[in-house]
Amino acid sequence: MSLLIKGGTVVTAEETYRADVYCANGTIQAIGENLEAPAGADVVDAGEALVIPGGIDPHTHMELPFMGTITADDFMSGPSAGLAGGTTMIIDFVIPSPEQSLLEAYDTWMRNAQKAPSDYSFHVAITWWSDQVKEEMGVLTRERGVNSFKHFMAYKGAIMLDDEILLNSFDRCQELGAMATVHAENGEMIYHLQNKLLAMGITGPEGHVQSRPPEVEGEATQRVITVAGVANAPLYVVHCSCIQSLAAIAKARANGQAVYGEALAQHLVIDESTHYLPDITLASAHVMSPPFRSKKHRDALWGGLQSGTLQTTASDHCAFCAPQKAMGKDNFTLMPNGCGGIEDRMSILWDQGVKTGLLTPNDFVRVTSTATAKIFNIHPRKGAVSVGADADLAVWDPNASRKVSVKTHHSNMDFNLYEGMNLTGLARATISQGKQVWDGKDLKVEKGVGRYIPRPTYSSVFERVKTYRELNAPRRVERAQAAE
Amino acid sequence: MSLLIKGGTVTTAEDSYRSDVYCADGLIQAIGENLDVPAGTETVDADEALVMPGGIDPHTHMEIPFMGGRAGDDFFTGPAAGLSGGTTMIIDFVIPSPDERPLDAYHVWRSRSEKAPADYSFHVAITSWSDQVSEDMETLTRDHGVNSFKHFMAYKNDIMLDGENLMHSFRRCRDLGAVATVHCEDGNMIWLMQQELLAAGITGPEGHPQSRPPEVEGEATNRAIRIAQLLNTPIYIVHVTCREALQEIVRARMEGQRVYGECLAQHLVIDDSVYYDPDPVKARGYVMSPPFRPKDHLRELWRGLQSGNLHTTATDHCAFCNVDKDKGKDDFTKIPNGTSGVEDRMSVLWDQGVETGKLTPNEFVRVTSTNAAQIFNIYPRKGAIRVGADADITVWDPKATRVLSAKTHKQKNDFNIYEGMEVTGVARSTVSQGNLVWQDGDLRAEPGAGRYIERPTFGPMFDAAGRTRDQRPWRRVDRVEAAE
Repeated sequence: MSLLIKGGTVVTAEETYRADVYCANGTIQAIGENLEAPAGADVVDAGEALVIPGGIDPHTHMELPFMGTITADDFMSGPSAGLAGGTTMIIDFVIPSPEQSLLEAYDTWMRNAQKAPSDYSFHVAITWWSDQVKEEMGVLTRERGVNSFKHFMAYKGAIMLDDEILLNSFDRCQELGAMATVHAENGEMIYHLQNKLLAMGITGPEGHVQSRPPEVEGEATQRVITVAGVANAPLYVVHCSCIQSLAAIAKARANGQAVYGEALAQHLVIDESTHYLPDITLASAHVMSPPFRSKKHRDALWGGLQSGTLQTTASDHCAFCAPQKAMGKDNFTLMPNGCGGIEDRMSILWDQGVKTGLLTPNDFVRVTSTATAKIFNIHPRKGAVSVGADADLAVWDPNASRKVSVKTHHSNMDFNLYEGMNLTGLARATISQGKQVWDGKDLKVEKGVGRYIPRPTYSSVFERVKTYRELNAPRRVERAQAAE
Repeated sequence: MSLLIKGGTVTTAEDSYRSDVYCADGLIQAIGENLDVPAGTETVDADEALVMPGGIDPHTHMEIPFMGGRAGDDFFTGPAAGLSGGTTMIIDFVIPSPDERPLDAYHVWRSRSEKAPADYSFHVAITSWSDQVSEDMETLTRDHGVNSFKHFMAYKNDIMLDGENLMHSFRRCRDLGAVATVHCEDGNMIWLMQQELLAAGITGPEGHPQSRPPEVEGEATNRAIRIAQLLNTPIYIVHVTCREALQEIVRARMEGQRVYGECLAQHLVIDDSVYYDPDPVKARGYVMSPPFRPKDHLRELWRGLQSGNLHTTATDHCAFCNVDKDKGKDDFTKIPNGTSGVEDRMSVLWDQGVETGKLTPNEFVRVTSTNAAQIFNIYPRKGAIRVGADADITVWDPKATRVLSAKTHKQKNDFNIYEGMEVTGVARSTVSQGNLVWQDGDLRAEPGAGRYIERPTFGPMFDAAGRTRDQRPWRRVDRVEAAE
């Protein structure tokens, strides 16, 4: 099985040049001008389009259970929608219940993911702490290819962690060479505000945004960065949505701390006013955490991506449909948090980022795949167009446009955040493991061909961390006791 | 002529991996393990060392005329010293007198640089403004491969440009697709401070830093950035030395402006106490602009490199010897400004950066070559280890040490600002255009072997800047005057 992509312009995070790309056996075999296709090879005519690494969405929740139901997109439909949008890999989350074995939860998620049509990997959430958890973190990194652990500072009474557990877990992460990732919102503050809002009779989805103002996120981001600094652990802050948390990340980075930040495509374009819509179904459909913010926050997030203070973009794809959202119609705190978007992330970034001159095409590649591959240590296997890399590619038409709609999208969601937006920039073809799976009209995905991608520990940032730790080892002063 | 580098670890800005590298005809021809090479191929045993892109020093002044004399290093000796330190390319400066045509000055510098042993290129300084200058800028970009123009905000009554001329030239840079680079110190403030210090009887070299405090640099940096913002053109700030300047760069980058920052190796490790040394020869030896700063600024600069707010490292190599410096023994304003270091930059960065855990080896490559190549649009011909790139390579021994000293260095200068410093990390071998030019202490630089490297205009950031400009067109309102 082999495939030749002809006539395109290769765009990577580093450079842009005209070249054909030849793929066989699932990897890129040759890059050059005027490559000849062997007999029997499929040929994709890139026709002036860009050939880029397939997108990597480092933050999705497929097939997530919630109060006896499950999100609408499973590990087949969600990643398939991603392929139609140029995304060829996801990093999803294993979320054990408190007191549950990490390995047991990992096995459950791995089983669910067996149907995936494209490559995937898993962050594992730390939702409680014990010697067993500590031990299983070691097993996951050594034997299961996990190199990142997720921590929630929100969701009090469920999976929220206090500072003591954060310190224990971060310390373990740095010892294992794994990245600590964190959902930074102060769960205590949210709980307090939720109760206050409910007592005032504000039970609708507008209560959601008012219970999680930017200060709540800013405080948690600042705190977790400090905790990671004390533990000397590299830190990745997921879905940074506001000026306050961006400022905390920028300050820490300017101080030389290894802190990374992720932005969600929807936080870059959707306004907080959606939470106040009079139509309860529409307003409920926008409920996710952190909530949407005002324009000044969105402008700041773009600046964060441009300046490199934020490195990655994701979707937090979590397909709760109207019946699930309706569980919270009389009490916003019972409403499941989550929106879709895996299919549209790359088009949003191109239309709102590249077309407007905020990002260069190379920046676009960096924030949609390369930076993620590097931070989670699978570069250059993923996130690169280079000989030997996995043949996960998108043929990106920078000028074609499409109208986003729930009627035409490939996700099983009954709602689309970007409904009616006319987006320029789309995947004309998507290649996964060297096979064309999307031609701009039809998906040719195959259940179960996706592979679990193990991720090695000790990405290059840990070299720096290790040296720093050795040079700043705790000091002990030996004192002689005075003779009596 | 072919060369095989065997047994090393290829280290680029992106990745590290074990591989051999085969070079022929001046280019890298193959990268891989156990390469088949033609008989007669010369072999360099990299034996556990790192194989990196040769350093690019984007800021040097070789053979610069001064008061009837010349700086100690010419275009042969300076770059040859660079080769022994792992640096394989310099970008020097053409500096026309205010009444000289830039094009004429360019030809003068080109004739001086014919003896260069390694590849080089030129920024061209804009030291006055006229239609002729504007026209020469176009000729230089179109016919001579110049894609960057330098501007001095210091050196009043000489080559300093005022705000109006900065705007003229930045706008011209934007339209030609050339990067505006700036020396940011406010020449008017400096001139006033100099007069005040001399009147107070402070005539020694300690007057130098006191006449150019950080405020002076911070103010000019902000002004240059704001002008570039108004015109929406990319800007590169040379030799950032202090917190005040760095803060302006960070702020602008967070607002999405394309601002790049350079720092000099010496500003990362030497503090301002050298100017207060009782030995006048020593104190004069450190006179350069901007001057060395108090220790707390040094830490800020490292953090700037770590966080990606500063992009490149350079030397501003300008080898004035003691006899030149003596011309200012009774008046610090007459001491020629300049220090050397093209030979020592990479070792200083490794020893003080990588050895201490501030930078990873990949980040080291990024700040010593790759970023400079990308910003000045010669990537991946330079700054990369890949098939088809120029075979400019250093075999870097991360464990070997050497002592920096004027007694042993190859620079033609009787003073070394790092005198006596023992550094870990040295270039064991250097390859220039595929030829082994430095091997374990044996320098085989050949006069005239270096080529002038043309740099294409309109790097990727220009297209994005143009799109941003299109978002904000001039607005005109057509109004109907009321009939009488």
